[in-house]
Amino acid sequence: MELHELTLSQAASLLKKREISSRELTQAIQKRIADTDGELHAYLTLTPEQALKQAEAADRLLAQGQGGPLTGIPAGIKDVICTENVRTTCGSKILANFVPPFDATLVARLKAAGMVMLGKHNMDEFAMGSSTENSAFGPTKNPWDLKAIPGGSSGGSAASVAAGSSFFAIGTDTGGSIRQPASHCGVVGLKPTYGRVSRFGLVAFASSLDQAGPFARTVEDMAQVLSVIAGHDPQDSTSSPTPVPDYAKALDRGVKGLKLGVPKEYFVAGLDQEVEAAVREGFRVLESLGAEILEVSLPHTDYALPVYYIIAPAEASSNLARYDGVKYGFSLRPEGASLMDMYLGTRSQGFGPEVIRRIMLGTYALSAGYYEAYYGKAGQVRTLLKQDFLDAFKKVDAIICPTAPTPAFDLGQKVDDPLQMYLSDIFTLSCNLAGLCGMSLPAGFSAAGRPIGLQVLGPHFAEETLLAVGHAFQQATDHHQRRPAL
Amino acid sequence: MKITAEEVAHVARLARLKLSPEQTEKLTGQMNDILSAMDKLREVDTSQVEATSHALELTGAFRPDEAKASLDRDQSLKNAPATDGENFVVPRVI
Repeated sequence: MELHELTLSQAASLLKKREISSRELTQAIQKRIADTDGELHAYLTLTPEQALKQAEAADRLLAQGQGGPLTGIPAGIKDVICTENVRTTCGSKILANFVPPFDATLVARLKAAGMVMLGKHNMDEFAMGSSTENSAFGPTKNPWDLKAIPGGSSGGSAASVAAGSSFFAIGTDTGGSIRQPASHCGVVGLKPTYGRVSRFGLVAFASSLDQAGPFARTVEDMAQVLSVIAGHDPQDSTSSPTPVPDYAKALDRGVKGLKLGVPKEYFVAGLDQEVEAAVREGFRVLESLGAEILEVSLPHTDYALPVYYIIAPAEASSNLARYDGVKYGFSLRPEGASLMDMYLGTRSQGFGPEVIRRIMLGTYALSAGYYEAYYGKAGQVRTLLKQDFLDAFKKVDAIICPTAPTPAFDLGQKVDDPLQMYLSDIFTLSCNLAGLCGMSLPAGFSAAGRPIGLQVLGPHFAEETLLAVGHAFQQATDHHQRRPAL
Repeated sequence: MKITAEEVAHVARLARLKLSPEQTEKLTGQMNDILSAMDKLREVDTSQVEATSHALELTGAFRPDEAKASLDRDQSLKNAPATDGENFVVPRVI
């Protein structure tokens, strides 16, 4: 087995036993990037010298018998997350030359835990999209099928972990942007409960929905990464003071006696037959392991899409007002231009079409005369959507369902039809609106060989339940052990 | 509700975006498609429902009022398109 095929935990074990050095491991993954990323385009920026310095520092610690589960492990960070002195573009022309002077809290935590940062992962511009085709720097491809999208918006992170060009990655999920690409790339992706991971240093898209979380190849690896990034941060006043448990301890709880709910509203027209067959087989596996499978109802499911596509663009239109060509980023100011000319020119040429579309939708939804009908109404229906879940969680410990309605579609297939593109997040949006935690697990493949994901949704701060369900599932299945032929 | 090309142009001004006539026309069609999907929300009776702006009920994240280190001026200006060494420089306002 080659080094890039190992899981994080396997690599950590070899490092700890000093059978390999972090420097060797890092160089092996850098070679893997060189071999694969010309086609995949999972990375926007590589930081080879910094990575080798971090690897050498990790090796010194490991040689003294010190360090933890992430010490010396090479990983990548979605390019919406600020990294000190490393360009952070958000996949946008408007931030193409932005070099943050500070680390996001989660990056600082990972560095303190000994992570080796390989570089920054490609993404849909400002995390708006479901295919990574909205990146200003060109799309990422799906490692299982180069004609397919990797999902989005964290498509670079998902593709990289699947391809073995990083052992784990950190993405962000505002409406499914971790779980949907994890599903399409056959890896594990977890969106923690809102407030579980600090948002300090994440470039904001929709502040009441954004949450960062890990990608990994196994649930065991997921637990290690989550343990490092979770926790209260005084610099993010929406981060939760709820204590962080030892997630690794939750892995072996099993599913015996757990009640898992299947929402009847998710099995309707539009759900691909191969996806339905794979997730239903997944439910059967969980049942055979001792879980009780029950039907639940989430009656306001049909309203999740309209609620999301009012609230997220409304928040985005406000958050993205900061890109004005003054403090950082692209600025268009020809000789004689007025301040207004600079604003208009900078924003119109700096943002891509989907970002402009969402700023327009959000500005409209918040504008005088329409605020109550759109933003006000969406906030009220959001309450009902959240209540659906709280009611369901009185009966079940977690909800199980598909992550995405279809396997990955082809590159270019939906770029000109925004509403069709939005529908690919139909099963993931509600989780963000209600602030829940959710995880996508590899659950099979379509006949064409494209991965299918099973989603587990839990109540607020029930990440341990998700990990227990996911680990039990992976002990009984081998979908996560398959690797794309690259 | 239908949005007209004139309204699209008005919203663009509010958002400080300059759209070409082709962009305005394309966006008018796309926004109408999207907004008609949003109109589904009218089916829901929300007369007795409070709006949710935040999923978790966190209240008052207070901290002691203490000065802490922050970015120095050089760091703050590092990414600026134009500075005079001390300030951000913008086109003449008045």
